[in-house]
Amino acid sequence: MDVDKIIDKYGGKRRYLIAILQDVQEEERYLPKEALCRVAERLGMPLVDVFGVATFYSAFSLVPRGRHEVTVCVGTACHVRGSRRILEEFERRIGVRAGCTTEDLEFTLETVNCLGCCAIGPVVVVDKAYNGEMTTGRVKGIVDRCREAAKVEAS
Amino acid sequence: MITLKINGIDVAVEKGTTLLEAAKFYGINLPTLCHDDGLTPYGACRLCVVEIGTGDRTQLVSACTYPAEQGLVVRTHSRRVTDVRRMMIEMYLATCPSSKTIQDLASKWGVSRCRFEVKHEDCVLCGLCVRMCAQQMDGRAIGFVGRGKNRRITTPFDEKSDVCRLCGGCMYICPACQSRCQGPQERSPICNACVACEPPCLVPWDDMKCYMDPCVWCEQETKRKLLAESKVQE
Ligand code: FES
Ligand code: FES
Repeated sequence: MDVDKIIDKYGGKRRYLIAILQDVQEEERYLPKEALCRVAERLGMPLVDVFGVATFYSAFSLVPRGRHEVTVCVGTACHVRGSRRILEEFERRIGVRAGCTTEDLEFTLETVNCLGCCAIGPVVVVDKAYNGEMTTGRVKGIVDRCREAAKVEAS
Repeated sequence: MITLKINGIDVAVEKGTTLLEAAKFYGINLPTLCHDDGLTPYGACRLCVVEIGTGDRTQLVSACTYPAEQGLVVRTHSRRVTDVRRMMIEMYLATCPSSKTIQDLASKWGVSRCRFEVKHEDCVLCGLCVRMCAQQMDGRAIGFVGRGKNRRITTPFDEKSDVCRLCGGCMYICPACQSRCQGPQERSPICNACVACEPPCLVPWDDMKCYMDPCVWCEQETKRKLLAESKVQE
């Protein structure tokens, strides 16, 4: 099981709990139940503590995430520049509400309350790449490109 | 030994004593919601606030977590403290009006209004059950989950826990579990029935649940009934 490998990498120390969970999340795109139980067992921690950490940080997810993560900033600066409309456009194009994942596990749409780069707002992060000065017109292109990439991968 | 002043009295306590313990030792009662003698201090409910310092430079701290310091001046029932305390109680009333503990606190502290939207939660997140489970029962079956307004207490994955032995310690210690007096005001966010009626009760009431001993609403009810009857007879 690769969870064990990750835990070994950190020497099975409790203080690396978050790092371990981050790696699991990276690998599986979510934290499976078995993985959490295994982590708790290996680190000798109560499961409820591991679960508490996993639910505390929004970087962790207990349900599978999409292959492409789209995060729309709805912070104050981005909001006044119309991020609401951009979010709505994404919701329409992708077909899910903010905070949800599409059924084919292609997209996860999230919102965030400021990314610290308000100057280039409205900001949308697609698979860790920052897209500044977003417009509703560019949404289609972004979504299509992600879909293309998925198709190329599949073929 | 550390010497300090609580409400004008010079007191001496062991090093490491908290202000709450010191106050209790000298017979000063502070209201608490998240504190239990057998559990580690937590400082969540803020009902035990006290004012420390003198002059303009006073500060509000939670007595259950603040260690006694040499020469500290503490006031446990100053105007500022009671105002804050009553505000806290008011907020607790809005959170969880069905709890006897909270209704009792409200009656005791004369909180007779609730200006917040009533939420009817069944948990005030005092964390007593979590600490009870971990520290006294060695269970570690429940814990805090989530963050911010989604924070709640539950078992991992909301499933029946393997480590829970159904000891019931969590329910025993919960301040929100015991439901309030089913008196005349059972629907309103504030009961206050036991303090709001006069004259005082003369009839012993079996189901009395108010913090006041004895409860008074029963007598008022009987009186009202008698009055109504006598009116009908006339
Ligand atoms: S508000 Fe969007 S980056 Fe700050
Ligand atoms: S008893 Fe001190 S904060 Fe709750």
